[in-house]
Amino acid sequence: MTATRHDAPMTSSVGNPGAEKRGMNLTLRIWRQQGPTVKGKMVTYKITDISPDMSFLEMLDVLNEQLIMQGDDPVAFDHDCREGICGMCGVMINGQAHGPQQTTTCQLHMRSFKDGDSIDIEPWRATAFPIIKDLAVDRRAFDRIIQSGGYISVPTGTAPEAHATPVPKADSDAAFDAATCIGCGACVAACPNASSMLFTAAKVTHLGLLPQGQPERNDRVVNMVAQQDREGFGGCTNIGECSASCPKGISMETISRLNHDLLGALRAGARPKS
Amino acid sequence: MTVEHAQRRTPKVAKTNSVFKKAVMAVTGIIMVLYLIAHVIGNLKAFSGAEAFNSYSGWIRTVGNPALPGETTLWVIRIVLLVAVVAHFWAAVSLWRQAKRARPQGYVTKKATAQSYASRTMRWGGVIIGAFIIYHILDLTLGTVNAEGFDSTPYERLVASFQNPFVTIFYAISVILLGMHLRHGIWSATQTLGQSNRRREKTVSLFAVAFATAITLGFLLVPLSVLFGLID
Amino acid sequence: MSLELFTEGEPIADTKAPTDVPIGERWSERQFRGRLVNPTNRRKMTIIVVGTGLAGGSAAATLGEAGYRVKSFWYQDSPRRAHSVAAQGGINAAKNYRNDGDSVHRLFYDTVKGGDFRSREDNVHRLAEVSVNIIDQCVAQGVPFAREYGGLLDNRSFGGTQVSRTFYARGQTGQQLLYGAYQALERQIAAGSVEQNARTEMLDLIVVDGRARGIVARDLVSGEISTHFADAVVIASGGYGNVFYLSTNAKGSNTTAIWRAHKRGAYFANPCYTQIHPTCIPVKGDYQSKLTLMSESLRNDGRVWVPKERGDDRPANDIPEDERDYYLERLYPSFGNLVPRDIASRQAKNVCDEGRGVGPGGLGVYLDFAEAIKRLGRPAVEAKYGNLFDMYAQITGEDPYVTPMRIFPAVHYTMGGLWVDYDLQSTIPGMFVIGEANFSDHGANRLGASALMQGLADGYFVLPSTISSYLADGPFDKIDESHPAVVEAVQGVQEQTQRLLSINGNRTPASFHRELGQLMWDLCGMERTDEGLRKAIDRIREIRQEFWSNLKVGGDWHSFNQTLEHAGRVADFIELGELMCVDALHRRESCGGHFRAESQTPEGEALRDDENFAYVAAWEWTPEGQPPVLHKENLEYEYVHLAQRSYK
Repeated sequence: MTATRHDAPMTSSVGNPGAEKRGMNLTLRIWRQQGPTVKGKMVTYKITDISPDMSFLEMLDVLNEQLIMQGDDPVAFDHDCREGICGMCGVMINGQAHGPQQTTTCQLHMRSFKDGDSIDIEPWRATAFPIIKDLAVDRRAFDRIIQSGGYISVPTGTAPEAHATPVPKADSDAAFDAATCIGCGACVAACPNASSMLFTAAKVTHLGLLPQGQPERNDRVVNMVAQQDREGFGGCTNIGECSASCPKGISMETISRLNHDLLGALRAGARPKS
Repeated sequence: MTVEHAQRRTPKVAKTNSVFKKAVMAVTGIIMVLYLIAHVIGNLKAFSGAEAFNSYSGWIRTVGNPALPGETTLWVIRIVLLVAVVAHFWAAVSLWRQAKRARPQGYVTKKATAQSYASRTMRWGGVIIGAFIIYHILDLTLGTVNAEGFDSTPYERLVASFQNPFVTIFYAISVILLGMHLRHGIWSATQTLGQSNRRREKTVSLFAVAFATAITLGFLLVPLSVLFGLID
Repeated sequence: MSLELFTEGEPIADTKAPTDVPIGERWSERQFRGRLVNPTNRRKMTIIVVGTGLAGGSAAATLGEAGYRVKSFWYQDSPRRAHSVAAQGGINAAKNYRNDGDSVHRLFYDTVKGGDFRSREDNVHRLAEVSVNIIDQCVAQGVPFAREYGGLLDNRSFGGTQVSRTFYARGQTGQQLLYGAYQALERQIAAGSVEQNARTEMLDLIVVDGRARGIVARDLVSGEISTHFADAVVIASGGYGNVFYLSTNAKGSNTTAIWRAHKRGAYFANPCYTQIHPTCIPVKGDYQSKLTLMSESLRNDGRVWVPKERGDDRPANDIPEDERDYYLERLYPSFGNLVPRDIASRQAKNVCDEGRGVGPGGLGVYLDFAEAIKRLGRPAVEAKYGNLFDMYAQITGEDPYVTPMRIFPAVHYTMGGLWVDYDLQSTIPGMFVIGEANFSDHGANRLGASALMQGLADGYFVLPSTISSYLADGPFDKIDESHPAVVEAVQGVQEQTQRLLSINGNRTPASFHRELGQLMWDLCGMERTDEGLRKAIDRIREIRQEFWSNLKVGGDWHSFNQTLEHAGRVADFIELGELMCVDALHRRESCGGHFRAESQTPEGEALRDDENFAYVAAWEWTPEGQPPVLHKENLEYEYVHLAQRSYK
């Protein structure tokens, strides 16, 4: 893969309010890597006439359309809903997970950049998130953490009437806050230790705050922590990069809660399933 | 995409658990902090003159006599501290290595968003503090590297050391690093032991800053006084 | 009707609902009469489930719990990404917790009426019955629904109804419900009862001796094409709104699974019924890749208006109260801003057509919260809609607390889908279709907060019960890769993949997709005409021809190739687009989301033609060059009287 230059205007800004002003010209340095076992490197691309109203991913779309037409390999990146909720997208932008705003990559707009900027784009980097290609990584380690205990065991049809157990609004609201985690992996990407603690803690907190989650509370926390260690994530040192990078603003309090639950569970004799 | 990634070895007991290791760091850290409080109070005895300082140092060695023989109390403290330091160090190294394994290839560009200088320097800061403690014991406790030698009084060794500006600078840097280590350490221990929450977070942070500052100033007071001739 | 566009075949009918008992007893009667599979035999049977949204995720989990061997497939990295995650508003259930006169019958009635009398009564009644179990199930799973201070569940009202029966979790109800199903699914994966196939896309259905027996799939990472066999196949791959290119669907949402099943013999019902959601963020530029919906719940407190004068380009806040036209409140005094989606969307189009639209290109109307902020205070509005306001600000760079939001309709949901009977079985025995992928419950228009209800009803409760009647005849004879039907299916997939790669023309898949989408939006969108649809069909045929001669896809098929994935999906959208236009053309009436300009009341409302069109149009695929065959399923209304909808 060699660096390419694009001098032709890429897209007009039809229908764009105040479209008279020309779009931005940017220099992109993007991590290109053919596969998990191949060496990768940063490759430079010039891109012109980018509207500030474009989303970051739309800017990458524009680049890719050009690469395809030139017969070059387009940049692989994960994305799906493009409305900040599925958690599929996520890249390091100038050294920050999801870029300079605390949001998802798809909700980052080019108005966060200015003409002439140089933007470095890299994949999440963690042993537990092997690179598939370019900017796309495999985050199934998160699913396996959920498999190890991130649920309430309630087979379909066995549930009691919904109003049988009132839940204090404060608990329910706090559980909701934790439950908004979208599993994007920004916490791991931003953490200097590549720790998945915030992800795990969000689920432990969500389920641990609800009366329905109590019976499995001890086993859940012990197993989920064991699984995240097994996946090869780093340990948490309470630095706070995760929470500051989390598009949903999951708080560090969840980590304290996980620790509290874990130490309590260990004292109570709970041990991870092997 | 059905191929599963190689599953790593299952941790058999809680001891291999990363959170458990952090708890070890938190508890041992607290033990050392308690010792530091006593230590800084003892240091301030230097302002009461050579006699008071030397007799304090003698008292530490004989406290509990005659119920307990010889230097029992001192040795108990020393052993507890030694165990704490070793455990603290072991857990730190182990987590450090885990972090290295968790991200063997770093970012080309990485920017810190929330990380403070204190939290970023925990590891190398810890190593420097460790080295300092060894020097500090050789210098002031054993006198091996002290100008006055090992058969001097504690007060003489103190004065001899801190009259040397290089020693004082090294000491000051180490103590400031210690302060930063404490600032993040206290907050971190509260989190690790599961005692932090949104309401307490601010208080804990403030306390950590205030406490770390107080300890740092307390330790700086004596050497600076020696250097500037307030104590001789 | 032009004969060359389609031919008419035998009528079809559902034969599974026990119509000899009253409607309220039919579901339990069907369950009683249905055959069962004993637990030991379940272990011998494999079920493939394609998709992991609310329907697919809940079905796979429930079937796994029941003891079947389940193979689950999804194209994303994790089942938690399925686009159900993006549903904002809520989920309906006839719990009557508000004591406001709600009941199963009323939910049933509202849904049939909301669907403009084009849905099957039996299915809708069952949906309303099952709705109450869904809430119980989800609460037990730990779904953090909004609660009152007393600790009980909160409800709100939603478009098209006059009771408060919508359960919600702030503006992220779909996310929370999906995570409930996802966690149940992960639990079964851990238990070994569900096999996971991430980043794998179904590319064909394997039909052996008239039964659905498996799928051909492509591993999107390695590119490997593989076959998977089962005793039954469940398709839960969602809707096909992305045929319009710009829609509120996820970028990856596609029609491939249902379209290829259609080409294998499953009838496609009512493809033209698409829902255009009235409250989306307007389009900004031609680079736009998707549209973002703002939950309909915003209409509970927001007021929709445009300037009274055409071409009034003053900033919203400078337009005095008496120069604003709150047109929904004016036209529909009793429902006001809460009229059903199709009406709200079409009226937005009407005012924009009159030149009174606001924002770029005049394609937008205001949704104003100034009155609500005054009445409730900003904190209350923040608590209710905070995340939606944030999202709006993020995308547009404007502060909706200060200036009114601008909204415009966008394609949101497709009521059409594969035809299924009461058991949710398609016209291919052994292939079941659930969730948005089937056509069954919403008629010509879906009410707000009913999609989540239907997805979970199908997945948790209906399908796991009805599938056993079919499986009671199983396990079926073992088949393997060497079976001629399998060889043929695999070769077909390989050939198409190779063909897409070998054209090496001058246009990207996205460029074709965009062109198709614009055409569909213009001619088969909110308003359809005979002339426009005929033009669309001609144009689509040209696009299709150009697609297969001028497409450019780089790379190869045995690697991670996102352009290739897209190309395959666009190929199917083009074919589906044509069928949608044929369906829209043949239905010379207006109903729900399908508005034919030729069929409207003097006031401009949709005018149904029950005499001629009270049927489900189920289309049979025919080989190249032959027109599709229309099979009619007559709709009879025993319990709800056919009436012109009125929300005045």
